[in-house]
Amino acid sequence: MKRRTFLATSALALGLAGTAFAQDKVKVGFIYVGPVNDGGWSQHHHESAMVMKEHFGDAIELVEQESVPEGADTERALTQMALSGCDIVFATSFGFMDPTINVAKKFPKVKFEHATGYKRAENVSTYSARFYEGRAVQGLLAGRMTQSNVIGYIGSFPIPEVIRGIDSAFIHARKVNPDVQFKVVWANTWFDPAKEADAATALINQGADVILQHTDSTAPHAAAEKAGNVYTFGQAADMAEYAPKPRISSIIDNWAPYYIERVQAVMDGTWESKDTWGGIASGMVKIGEISDAVPAEIRDEAIALEESISSGAYHPFTGPLNKQDGSVWLAEGEVADDGTLAGLNFYVEGLSGEVPK
Amino acid sequence: MDLSAIDPVILIASLMVASTPILLAATGELIVEKSGVLNLGVEGMMITGAICGFAASVQTGSPALGFLAAIIGGAALSMIFGLLTQVLMSNQVATGLALTLFGLGLSALIGQGYAGMKPPPTRPLDLGVLSDLPVIGKIVFSHDAMVYVSLALVALVWAFLRYTRAGLILRAVGESHEAAHALGYKVVRIRLMAIGFGGAMAGLGGAYLSLIRVPQWTEGMTAGAGWIALALVVFASWRPWRLLLGAYLFGGITVLQLNLQAAGVAVPAEFLSATPYLVTILVLVLMSADRSRAALHAPADLGKTFHASS
Repeated sequence: MKRRTFLATSALALGLAGTAFAQDKVKVGFIYVGPVNDGGWSQHHHESAMVMKEHFGDAIELVEQESVPEGADTERALTQMALSGCDIVFATSFGFMDPTINVAKKFPKVKFEHATGYKRAENVSTYSARFYEGRAVQGLLAGRMTQSNVIGYIGSFPIPEVIRGIDSAFIHARKVNPDVQFKVVWANTWFDPAKEADAATALINQGADVILQHTDSTAPHAAAEKAGNVYTFGQAADMAEYAPKPRISSIIDNWAPYYIERVQAVMDGTWESKDTWGGIASGMVKIGEISDAVPAEIRDEAIALEESISSGAYHPFTGPLNKQDGSVWLAEGEVADDGTLAGLNFYVEGLSGEVPK
Repeated sequence: MDLSAIDPVILIASLMVASTPILLAATGELIVEKSGVLNLGVEGMMITGAICGFAASVQTGSPALGFLAAIIGGAALSMIFGLLTQVLMSNQVATGLALTLFGLGLSALIGQGYAGMKPPPTRPLDLGVLSDLPVIGKIVFSHDAMVYVSLALVALVWAFLRYTRAGLILRAVGESHEAAHALGYKVVRIRLMAIGFGGAMAGLGGAYLSLIRVPQWTEGMTAGAGWIALALVVFASWRPWRLLLGAYLFGGITVLQLNLQAAGVAVPAEFLSATPYLVTILVLVLMSADRSRAALHAPADLGKTFHASS
């Protein structure tokens, strides 16, 4: 109690001092779960932050901390950012959710932005991208490209964001190839190249010839390249260094416009807590170039799907869809609402295995 | 669930690859501990070897030179530990921990420009007809040279400790440095050589990760492999062949749990991820249950500081 009061007071004092000293300079903080050169998720947040920094130039001050573990250390890193006078802090990993909420309570004047979470507060916004839209395109490509009809999927943690991706990819792979099967391996980490490589190798050994990944390193691509005729997709970043084979396409996160918008809002004093969920249409999710390894007609099919999602004509979760146990989820023509999608925790019909609890 | 999807032959072949980094590092640490020194910096030396090897092979285009650079890098880092603990007589546990932290930071610094690059490929050895043999060909004769090097090194270390005079001296230094000193052996010099060997082996293990197993450079890529290597030495009760068994057991569980998941066995992912560590702990408990025997195997002067005046 005492300490909390002390922290809040000192934060307030520092916050005031901060505004007094640098009236026109907004201090922006970023924390990343991995190193900023991981080639994937954290690197893209970092690059988007750099674009934002370039946009504002001297009008802002940018502080970053990389490789912040999810857990108690997160609170420490966030507290440090808030105490050092940050006006707005971006916490860029799902596992930062509860620490962000906790720290935000102590620093009501500081704005927090949490990526991919679902808990908000007065001074905590959430933002995420509809990666599942990109997964639909990947699913189609995977279903068309597989020879063995076995597709491997490296999951990180069984959270809604990842499960949405598996469901979406599976639905669209099955649509173009009714014989397709998914094998899912949970790596239980966002970033561990050795483990990701092992997971990819295990999947390849069991007959998978297309690998989708929801982990952040390029190690699965290296494993696929070593194995030969295996296709992969870039995750979060383009991972173009593995194109045209094994990487045949990718989902790219484009956070820069959002970061610019939010920092501008802080400058203008118009910032308020909200939930942003951008997709292909808003440019937050981009599909990386489909490489030459993919035959032209399949590429056209994938681009057509991307365009129909972008224009809003088609939603990747459109009925009829059943849950894994066979019960009806969406009736014919029905579209999943955002609330259900945000908390999605079940596989759709046809997927084998169970979602780990 | 479809267990038939798991091919035991491929499983054994891939567990050998998965185990090689920890086997190399643990073999080095075994020698270090046999000489009576506890170096907890294995993780730091491994990752330094990983980046030194990666950088050198990217620059020169030769994996062999990469492994050589990893050996030098790991050994050089271990000499910092050697200087501090043997000459300046600092505390071995604290210095070893510091070495790990230092190695992680140093490797991240050296590796700044190397993220996302691809190292020159290391091909499996071409053993001709042998590789085409059923079962045995896939398990024994389909690997890259480093897998065989690691096996040869285990055999060499075993023979060295058991049959050579130098091995006997090394063990004497580890069992009682005062007695060895009284007999006229240079305790500090012998220990420094052991530490250097340990560093070289850890570096080699790290380079195997960054050049063959993953293969790419990313910060913190050893992800605790050095700690596993340390645990393995105790697990093996300081015996080379048990070390091999332990390393393959550990690598086997790591690979098996991923294969079980891919085959659709419904076991919680967290549990599967923890199994290798659980098994290590379990074996450690079983082994130390018999106190008298466990104590017999550990070098008597492990972790003690030596000065000629004492």
